[in-house]
Amino acid sequence: MLALIIRRVIQSVVVMLTVALIAFTLFRFVGDPIAQMVGQDTSLQDRERLRQELGLNDPIMVQFGNFVVNTVQGNFGISFRIGRPVNELIMERMPATLELSLIAALFALLVGIPMGVYTGLYPEKWLSKLFLTVSLMGISLPTFLIGILLILLFGVILGWLPTFGRGAVDQFGWWSSGLFNADGIRAILMPAFTLGMFQLTLIMRLVRSEMLEVLRTDYIKFARARGLSNRAVHFGHALKNTLVPVITITGLQLGSIIAFAIITETVFQWPGMGLLFIQAVDFVDIPIMATYLILIAAFFVIINLIVDLLYFAVDPRLRVERAVGGH
Amino acid sequence: MRLKTFVAAGALAAVAAAMPAQGKELKFAFQGSLSSLDPYALNETFTLGFLGNVYEGLVRRGADLAIEPALATKWEVVEPTRWRFHLRKGVKFHNGNAFNADDVVFSANRVRADGSDLKTRIAADVKVEKVDDYTVDFVTTKPNPIIFVEWATWSIMDKEWAEANNAVAPQSVTAGDANFATRNTNGTGPFMVTAHEADVKTTAVVNPNWWDNGAKEHNVSKVTFTPIGSDATRVAALLSGQVDMAYPVPTQDHPRVNDNGGTAMLVGPELRTIFLGMDQHRDELLYSNIKGKNPFKDKRVREAFYRAINVDAIKKVVMRGLSTPSALMVAPAPGINGGDTPSNPAFSRLGYDVNKSKQLLADAGYGDGFEVGMDCPNNRYVNDEAICTAVVSMLAKVGVKVNLNAQPKAKYFAKVLAPKLDTSFYLLGWTPGSFDSWNVLSNLHGCYNKDTGNGKFNLGRYCNPEVDALTDKVLTETDAGKRGGMIKEAWTKTLGDIAYIPLHQQAVAWGVSDKVVVKQRADNQFAWRHVTVK
Repeated sequence: MLALIIRRVIQSVVVMLTVALIAFTLFRFVGDPIAQMVGQDTSLQDRERLRQELGLNDPIMVQFGNFVVNTVQGNFGISFRIGRPVNELIMERMPATLELSLIAALFALLVGIPMGVYTGLYPEKWLSKLFLTVSLMGISLPTFLIGILLILLFGVILGWLPTFGRGAVDQFGWWSSGLFNADGIRAILMPAFTLGMFQLTLIMRLVRSEMLEVLRTDYIKFARARGLSNRAVHFGHALKNTLVPVITITGLQLGSIIAFAIITETVFQWPGMGLLFIQAVDFVDIPIMATYLILIAAFFVIINLIVDLLYFAVDPRLRVERAVGGH
Repeated sequence: MRLKTFVAAGALAAVAAAMPAQGKELKFAFQGSLSSLDPYALNETFTLGFLGNVYEGLVRRGADLAIEPALATKWEVVEPTRWRFHLRKGVKFHNGNAFNADDVVFSANRVRADGSDLKTRIAADVKVEKVDDYTVDFVTTKPNPIIFVEWATWSIMDKEWAEANNAVAPQSVTAGDANFATRNTNGTGPFMVTAHEADVKTTAVVNPNWWDNGAKEHNVSKVTFTPIGSDATRVAALLSGQVDMAYPVPTQDHPRVNDNGGTAMLVGPELRTIFLGMDQHRDELLYSNIKGKNPFKDKRVREAFYRAINVDAIKKVVMRGLSTPSALMVAPAPGINGGDTPSNPAFSRLGYDVNKSKQLLADAGYGDGFEVGMDCPNNRYVNDEAICTAVVSMLAKVGVKVNLNAQPKAKYFAKVLAPKLDTSFYLLGWTPGSFDSWNVLSNLHGCYNKDTGNGKFNLGRYCNPEVDALTDKVLTETDAGKRGGMIKEAWTKTLGDIAYIPLHQQAVAWGVSDKVVVKQRADNQFAWRHVTVK
């Protein structure tokens, strides 16, 4: 177990360095930050001096090297656009993104798994067919369109929910939370639904197909032959055996939820890291772009590690093989 | 919805009963964000406009853009090279410090320090001398009749406050720590910032001790600003009543805002002129199939391009009526110095004439047309890419094949601006920050010189030494009548040369709720002191 973790940490460093290198080679194609950092009256000399000071004239490898050296020392640079240290900005925005992702993931799991079980057990019922049809929409409509339609319906026409922002937030140390007051909860409903919709569909369809598969296997027949109740068979035996792929997908999807919250955050003006990133791209704010990409890479690595560890917890076969020393 | 309204009304009544003296709140949204609260950090309309509600300059501009006294009560020329400004007495900064001449001298140094983006507010060679606590002299090397025209956006900062908080110099992009003034304010203006989270929200409250409270026009006690980047979301926030004012509103959404009960569009011509520029310098165009010569050096070709473009069609189809076709490179608006007067324009556009255009091209030796590459931003000006696409199809009718390269502004500006000037034919917009023709003549029409900075936005490097000489004289001429004549002469020359193809002034488009009354400024700054909330 410890060896696995150490191996993963080493891998993650390699992954993050690679991401940073790719990012830096791409930044060259994003444009020039100088034209946005200064007003139209700034002289050509001042522009050139600024470019020089920021190291934008250096070769890519030098810029990359400087970034790595600074990052290792915990210095992520200062945002070109906002003029504040990047780590401060990211820490301020992180709670918004994590809360949104968490609620979206919980929503996808808590609704998706029961729907998947139901459609797996009763594939012929009309409700199952309704679920499947609706889920097609979730998987085929782009996120921003779902978001805009929700805003139009619940925000503009019905006037029930706020159309942008996080609402009121409470501060717990450095963590700002919108989950402890009515205003914040109202504000998170639409973005979380929008972000979780695709994952919900995915989980539901996955659980359904796994359930259909598992219900055909021999040990389910034996379980029934032993006279176990439907409930015990469905949830104790069948559902448990569908969970390994569900955990994998959910874990990987959690990474994507965090990374792809960008679109949802843009549509709902949700003040998270994704919005910060997209504005950084517009502005060519290189310190923020670089830090964000590395952070997302770190998230993926950590989530993968947790998923691997969960396998051990859920799947006894893995533990047995390890104990025997089979490989 | 009805139930909701009923419940809300009930709740409101309960709140109103509990808190009788509830103030008037103004909530507004803008496309971009307020990055820094330092008034010298960025020379950009929104930032300057926002901070203009918090900080003040020696002068200010009214809703009609006319210059009014602010922190200075009057000013005079004591010698041709010495301006004297008499400061207002009894003014306090938000922290209670008194405003005096030391603050003006300090601000003059800070605005010219490295890291400031407003260095052009006061030329480096101007000496700022304190005469007494309420009198300051500005000594120039040459007479300067327009020294203060940009000072409405030169905010005066408190010397003691800046020194106490280690904010004597503006934020440096390379320093590791954020400057105190980036996140805190201490101005003399009608509003005080209470909280600021970049990209999320900025709130301000009314300044009860503002010097002009006696004559104040607004009734706002609290202001909440939210940046909303996505157009659809910003319009939705306005339509659903979550903000009282939102701008800019994209042209296609104007009917929705007007048809929605409770909101309406407020539209007026902006000072920004949108125009096309052509490379008139290189001996061979970078992007063309004509080798060995540059067609744009031939005035007939420039005129042919001019006459091939139908600005009225662009206004009708692309801009949905929301543009004012322009003959001049500077907006004919009140407050703008040296342009046309709207009621009596001195200049008119060359007529749209496809046949004449073809004839001119044939005369110049391009009867079969030619190919040229065009650069265009796609997220900078109102419908910028659509304008370029329209230009491409209009030029196709006279046989010129235009290869359009439309890109986001970050890439576009990196390509076309100095020092690269990597373009043959481009679209750009310009607002003279000083509201004076000299700015446009110098920046866009001056012969390009990398070292002096002359013509630094003259991307096509148009050059007419006579115009340059006139521009220099315009800068120092103190007699208003003579100066006006020189400006007019300069415009006549540049228009005769077809230095550029002016297209139009785009519109300022604000969506406003019925609950508030605002005054729109043609420079697109939003001054809260003109707002009344019902």
